[in-house]
Amino acid sequence: MKIAVCVKQIPDPATPYELDPETHFVVRPEDQVLDDTDRYGVEIGLQLADANEGSVTLFSMSPSGSLQGIRQALAMGADKAVLIDDEALQGSAALTTARVLAAAIEREGFDLVIAGTESTDGYTGVVPQQIAEILDVPSLTFAKRVEVSDGQVEIDRQTEAGYDVVRSPLPVVLAVTSGSVEPRYPTFKGIMEAKKKPIDTLTAAELGFEPDDVGTGGSGQSITGVEPIASRQAGEVIEDDGEAHLRIIGLLEESKVI
Amino acid sequence: MTTLVFSEEVDGHASASALELTTKAAGLGEVVVFHVGPGAADAIEALGAHGAATVHHLDPGDGLPAPIAAAAIADLVSSDPPPVILFGMGNTDRDVAGRLSARLGSPVLAAATDFSIDPVRVTSEILGGSQQVITEATVPSPALVVARPKAFVAEPGDGGAPEVIAVEPPDVGRSGSAVVVERHVEEGEGPDLEAANVVVSGGRGIGDAESWHLIEELAAELGGAVGATRAVVDAGWVPYSLQVGQTGKTVKPAVYLAAGISGAMQHLVGMKDSTTIIAINKDPDAAIFGIADLGVVGDVHQVVPRLIEALKSRS
Repeated sequence: MKIAVCVKQIPDPATPYELDPETHFVVRPEDQVLDDTDRYGVEIGLQLADANEGSVTLFSMSPSGSLQGIRQALAMGADKAVLIDDEALQGSAALTTARVLAAAIEREGFDLVIAGTESTDGYTGVVPQQIAEILDVPSLTFAKRVEVSDGQVEIDRQTEAGYDVVRSPLPVVLAVTSGSVEPRYPTFKGIMEAKKKPIDTLTAAELGFEPDDVGTGGSGQSITGVEPIASRQAGEVIEDDGEAHLRIIGLLEESKVI
Repeated sequence: MTTLVFSEEVDGHASASALELTTKAAGLGEVVVFHVGPGAADAIEALGAHGAATVHHLDPGDGLPAPIAAAAIADLVSSDPPPVILFGMGNTDRDVAGRLSARLGSPVLAAATDFSIDPVRVTSEILGGSQQVITEATVPSPALVVARPKAFVAEPGDGGAPEVIAVEPPDVGRSGSAVVVERHVEEGEGPDLEAANVVVSGGRGIGDAESWHLIEELAAELGGAVGATRAVVDAGWVPYSLQVGQTGKTVKPAVYLAAGISGAMQHLVGMKDSTTIIAINKDPDAAIFGIADLGVVGDVHQVVPRLIEALKSRS
């Protein structure tokens, strides 16, 4: 079974994000990390590969910077990575990202595509569904439990009212929630092996995209302004001395909720 | 000018976001709703009362709705595309928006808090609601606008029964081969999270599932609703319906009490517009203190039980 896992390298979420004043895009430092939400997709991919004699290939559109995040996923156990690295892709919107990833995945062949539900830095949250539509396969999204057997996938899909059990024959695109599994930590051996694993690099042109189809020009949208939103002011912060609950009660009374 | 609004039926009702977006769109011109679900009378009536002139109704049966809904909407808008198609943040909303955008080649403009249709211009909150960006669509195809919950207020007007047009599910080939084999409803207790006057939310700092009762007891004492961070939902302590934040509910109660919540951007965006925010966290550097009216640096396992006791002794 050929398993494709989409991953994204993002600026460390523990650091404040900045916008480039010219382009209005998030400034991407040289060192980026694996989006934490992608660790769950990688883990599910590895478990399914183990159970179904499969292989796990990572796919990432990563315009620049180090490969630290990709290496992290390889160190968990993925077999190889395909990186689409092209300056022309800078400023690409979600749909372009999906088209580029789908083209790269189709080129390699696939039985199952796995992605996170949304990235931590962009959270448009529609790329898995777009990939599924382009590849003409079902999209099993918001999965909090995944099982694959006999060419069938079954998931528990979060809904507004609770959850649905959804079943489909392969191939499908699967979008998993954080918490669907417990991701493994890379071992020392895994980290050493990851340094030798193949990372194929493709350009947008090699996948058949014209420069005008991708990047800012192909996004179908343009950012015309950015403004700060007036943030609320921090109030008083007190140390609990055993009486802090009384201060809370005071504020609850003031707010007329008790 | 006509605006198309996507609506999903949830438990026999139109989704809250569908009614908010229908109200907003009715102020801009004619509203056509694309409604997915069994087609309960209550849902159709509510859409009409909020301003929908026409409701296209698709019953997906046991099929996963997104591929057929996207194909049917693409067909519907092919001859006379509206400038925007509006979606909420619900899971099916996002599934349909994603698939439809790939079909139409349309951009998805997400996290919208406001928009205009002529020209198509969308205001979105980014980076945890600290900044807003204005984005314009630059292609003629409809822009798919995914709006944040509660960005607009749902107001029933004097709209009568809408014209209902039944939509035949189109054949979408293998994209449509996923079926729903079981449906589970997870009932929450107490007041509705989105409407509650007081919300008591817990995060990872609560420690473990066994301690979660502290949040429930405090909420019950205050007559409030229980909320949670994504981490707590992902850990399986509470159902997704209690999640507050970017990919969960947006709440604006009179008092929001955050216990053991560090204050990730994705959580803040769902509760920062509460009137009063009270936070308890043992980490003095927790981001939640940056927006709290009262921050208590302390152990939730100490402070919350004392708070519950003190509230009990008042009554």
